[in-house]
Amino acid sequence: MSAFTEVESVVIRFSGDSGDGMQLTGTQFSNTSAIMGNDIATFPDYPAEIRAPQGTIAGVSGFQIHFGSREIFTPGDEADMLVAFNPAALMVNLKDLKKGGTLLVNSDAFSDSKVAKAGFQTNPIDSGELDGYKVIKVPIDSQTIEALKDIELDTKSKKRCKNFYALGMTYFLYHREMQTTLQWIEDKFSDHPELLLANQTAMKAGAHFAETLEEVVSTYKVSSAKVDPGIYRQINGNTSTAWGFIKAAEAANLPLFLGSYPITPASDILHELSKYKEFDVKTFQAEDEIAAICAAIGASLAGSLAITTSSGPGIALKAEAIGMAISYEMPLVIVNVQRGGPSTGLPTKTEQSDLFQALYGRNGDAPLIIVAASRPNDCFNMAYEASRLALEHMSPVIMLTDGYIANGTEPWKIPDIDTDYAQINHKMLDPKTVDTENWNWISRDPKTHVRDWAIPGMPGLEHRVGGLEKDFETGNVSYDPANHQKMSDTRRDKIEAVKENIPLQEIEGEASGDLLIISWGGTYGAVEMAMRALQKEGKKISLMHLRYINPMPKNVGEVIKNFKKIIVPELNMGQMVHIINAKYGCNAISYHKVEGLPFKISELKTAFTQALNEV
Amino acid sequence: MSENTELTYTKKDFSSDQEVKWCPGCGDYAILSAMQTALTKIGRRREDIVFVSGIGCSSRFPYYMNTYGYHTIHGRAPAVASGIKTANPNLSVWVITGDGDGLSIGGNHLIHAIRRNVDMNIVLFNNEIYGLTKGQYSPTTQQGHITKSSPYGSLDRPFSPAKLAFGASATFIARTLDSDSKHMQEIMLEAEAHRGTSFIEIYQNCVIFNDGCHSQYVDKESRNDHSIILTHGNPMIFGGDIKKGIILDHLTLKVVELGGTYTEADCLVHDKTNEMLASLLVAIDANPAMPKLYGVLYAVNDVIYNEQLTAQIAEVKAKKGPADFHKLLYSGDTWNVE
Repeated sequence: MSAFTEVESVVIRFSGDSGDGMQLTGTQFSNTSAIMGNDIATFPDYPAEIRAPQGTIAGVSGFQIHFGSREIFTPGDEADMLVAFNPAALMVNLKDLKKGGTLLVNSDAFSDSKVAKAGFQTNPIDSGELDGYKVIKVPIDSQTIEALKDIELDTKSKKRCKNFYALGMTYFLYHREMQTTLQWIEDKFSDHPELLLANQTAMKAGAHFAETLEEVVSTYKVSSAKVDPGIYRQINGNTSTAWGFIKAAEAANLPLFLGSYPITPASDILHELSKYKEFDVKTFQAEDEIAAICAAIGASLAGSLAITTSSGPGIALKAEAIGMAISYEMPLVIVNVQRGGPSTGLPTKTEQSDLFQALYGRNGDAPLIIVAASRPNDCFNMAYEASRLALEHMSPVIMLTDGYIANGTEPWKIPDIDTDYAQINHKMLDPKTVDTENWNWISRDPKTHVRDWAIPGMPGLEHRVGGLEKDFETGNVSYDPANHQKMSDTRRDKIEAVKENIPLQEIEGEASGDLLIISWGGTYGAVEMAMRALQKEGKKISLMHLRYINPMPKNVGEVIKNFKKIIVPELNMGQMVHIINAKYGCNAISYHKVEGLPFKISELKTAFTQALNEV
Repeated sequence: MSENTELTYTKKDFSSDQEVKWCPGCGDYAILSAMQTALTKIGRRREDIVFVSGIGCSSRFPYYMNTYGYHTIHGRAPAVASGIKTANPNLSVWVITGDGDGLSIGGNHLIHAIRRNVDMNIVLFNNEIYGLTKGQYSPTTQQGHITKSSPYGSLDRPFSPAKLAFGASATFIARTLDSDSKHMQEIMLEAEAHRGTSFIEIYQNCVIFNDGCHSQYVDKESRNDHSIILTHGNPMIFGGDIKKGIILDHLTLKVVELGGTYTEADCLVHDKTNEMLASLLVAIDANPAMPKLYGVLYAVNDVIYNEQLTAQIAEVKAKKGPADFHKLLYSGDTWNVE
């Protein structure tokens, strides 16, 4: 290998038809990069339709990976390299390729009819419109078939190996080691020796072919990142969420119960948890969203750590049952993997527009605890925290994630679970220690306002709970006016008291300055990168990224006072900004968009710079 | 299920301290009383019994039972109960619902609980009207019936609860009546003994909004001529002064008078395990010429959701060995940064 360019980080996007194996290709590239010591972040972008018509814009599936020798927080704004398997993929993704970036196109797919189907007037690989890029035109289909000519396999199957051919090329161009992927192919196709051989051969052939291009194309090297020592693994947000619940159940010494109904982009949590029966995880795929939460409520009443997972439309259906859980004052975790709305909206696209729904989306004054995960590997922590708060405060907790962090993958330094996630102290009674004559199910801790947890099977503690208003003293049905006020005050105070049981809000950057960014949820990576860039420029900018949304940590109000200006970036039409202004009266300004995509670092930098200029 | 011979409960042990607030004369009182008595005989500890209800007059039931009780939201009791039973299969779980709660807003949960065959008892009080919301037609209201929301007569075709349960693959379908405490208790005991979802429909009278809707086949004076109490292994015979029976005529059930052309020997013998017979028995509900059927219409054994889940967990544990979260964390590709 001769000359190469050393770079700090690279963004590659693989794109093709949804049947071309782009998610697989991207995942292989990112796994290899992680194992080679790079920090990475990935972003899959796939259509809502399982198999949209071939060659159409609607059917384009993409996978972006950002890998580097420094800390990587986002999958990157613009791609340094775009792999386009067909004209539609080029049409959709060219706008996100850096000017002067590398473009690998499968020239076999650029027939006149396919070019027209993608909406090009003329064939882009001949028309000169790609002149601003380093274009590598390769007939990937035919070269793959040629490379596999000695393998006994039909042509269609051979052609399907083209993603590995292209992957082999990119491995050469970015100095990736092929071993991890070759091994993966071996494990995956152990029952199909001819497919095993074909895919491995295609990959090696792609890499060899790329070598012959060296004259015209430069290769790039990205050194290992300097990251915290420890053992790392890759994890995506939904898996991280699922594992957080398993750990929480273990820490609480309770069985885990999930009631769920399939919905994009939350279903992977159900898939993941349904695997772990050995952890006493019971997954119940219900007949609808309402039954899913109601079954979880039943399981919680019977003594499980119970959760339900969904996305916005499903949460809307669950609203009445969430209200019941609030009224029962019982533990329950509701996960909302947010997607674009309203209504069915954009099922596979990310958004943060269910914040108001989480806070206010129920009848009556119905406060509950809300937490939000900030990045894929934070989902583990916040799922654990959601469970801990639900069990320690006898309250439903809504955990917000979003399609972006749910599907995004990043390295995760495996935590020390025996110290950091060791024990949750739930409120379940030991019936032997209870004075049953004088016990009442609604009696509560005077400070935290939390009631006891007595479950069926406990002798002497039989009681009745319902959604009708309950007498503060006896727990019996009560229509008394003053009692309803008292119970409503108590439900509010109970949630407010959670402030004493959550960490203080952390600030990144100086504790005072010109501009404070208040962000929350899955935008963390982009906001963090934008802030760091501006700090390097000497700007007095700090970040307060909220993970505890309701109640907020008790020092938030104090922090806000130390800044001249406050900006709230969020992927909705401006929701958190209202809450911040209503709570703290601080005239925060909003930067928001709803395009179904995460923030770009560059646009945030522009927005923050503008805000700084106005200070 | 743990049989416990030492349990010596009386009916009072199952009465809560709450004042019962149904209308005077409501059929629910008789059902409550029958249930409290039946529970003294099922051999279950009081703390292991759970009542779950939705919304409606019938759904106030758990407040009056000195067991664990959950008055949930409209129509959702079968889903909550499924969660309770799945989480703790040792419990005796009873769903109390009505024709509006169970068949209208909660119809989906009812059929799916029955389909899964979760081991619990669903008791549906059928008074063919919405009572708590003060008198609108329900999914079992007869066509043409005048109610507050159908001043010119109800247009809806009514459901037969038993037929719906049968269509949902019920393994136990029974019907009883609020005016016969002994029969109600027998059916409750048999339902509790059945493994799987037991579906019981109780003809219940609403004195205020639909008084007498079942009287022809429920009142003592007329019921002999308009209903049969089915017993497994016995011929289907009924009638007061004139004895009648049910025969199978081609593919149809038919009422015949006995003593002339037909004798008892010609009558169908009830077999609660026969699926074809059950399909005919649940089909005659809507036919006014046919008697109403009480008793266990259908009872068969099939796989039970909660038992299968328990077995699957045991199977996976046996195969994978004890759970180890460390092992899970370090599974797949990991790498060490020094």
